[in-house]
Amino acid sequence: MIIATLAFYMFSAVAVVAGLMVVLSRNPVHAVLWLILTFFSAAGLFVILGAEFVAMLLVIVYVGAVAVLFLFVVMMLDVDFTELKSGMSKYVRIGSLIGLVILVEILIATSAWVVADSAPDMRAAITPALEDTQNTEAIGQILYTQYVYLFQASGLILLVAMIGAIVLTMSHRKDVKRQDIVAQIYRDADKAVEMIDVKPGQGL
Amino acid sequence: MSIGIEHYLTVAAMLFVIGIFGIFLNRKNIIVILMSIELMLLAVNINMVAFSSYMGDLAGQIFTLFILTVAAAEAAIGLAILVVFYRNRGSIDVSDVNVMKG
Repeated sequence: MIIATLAFYMFSAVAVVAGLMVVLSRNPVHAVLWLILTFFSAAGLFVILGAEFVAMLLVIVYVGAVAVLFLFVVMMLDVDFTELKSGMSKYVRIGSLIGLVILVEILIATSAWVVADSAPDMRAAITPALEDTQNTEAIGQILYTQYVYLFQASGLILLVAMIGAIVLTMSHRKDVKRQDIVAQIYRDADKAVEMIDVKPGQGL
Repeated sequence: MSIGIEHYLTVAAMLFVIGIFGIFLNRKNIIVILMSIELMLLAVNINMVAFSSYMGDLAGQIFTLFILTVAAAEAAIGLAILVVFYRNRGSIDVSDVNVMKG
């Protein structure tokens, strides 16, 4: 128990500090690396909570795909980031004030959390005992039955995102010679060679 | 000394506020704004998984999967728009996004 407590404090401290560094670091490549650290720490928190599948998914999806996508875009675009940072100090005061107000509000709302008596009866999918079913298996058993339509819809969202990203970033260059397959197919020998009777002493 | 749900809610609240703070702080740099949105979605996921674990309801973890999906799609589309915008304007300054201004 003491190890779980220590691990919680370590992971949450690392997550919050790395989250702050994402926002504050001057170099966006460093910001992406801090973002990866934040996601790793959050995955550690999920493991402590007993949600191993979501933790591993966070590592695979965020660290493996989204963070690499960010890193790719940051390195591909040749942007002067020092110029973008110029107006930063202007907003520190108002930003931290508003952030502090929201943080205090959320903490007041959640600090004395009491579960209602009727709440346990309203659970949609009760977690099976860990001795019977592991976390990943339990998620699989309800994801493909009870939530199958939402699962299909999330697949559709990913398809739309993929097509949208391809359509947005694909650029048709006009200065490149391309193969016109239809023109090639409809070309025959009669049109390919033209016989011209050139008179002597005259050109074409 | 045991960790209750309030501890997780506090961490999630701090990450969420850091995300909001990042949007205020980096008003010009749209890449950092997208990263701040990812931080806020991560905070929501921590809330979901914490409630799921402490209530014994697996539906919270299912919804975390869907939030993860939508966040990944949002990042892909957002970065695609960013690349197209950079190709057209040669800058990623948010204050340059005024072509449609009347």
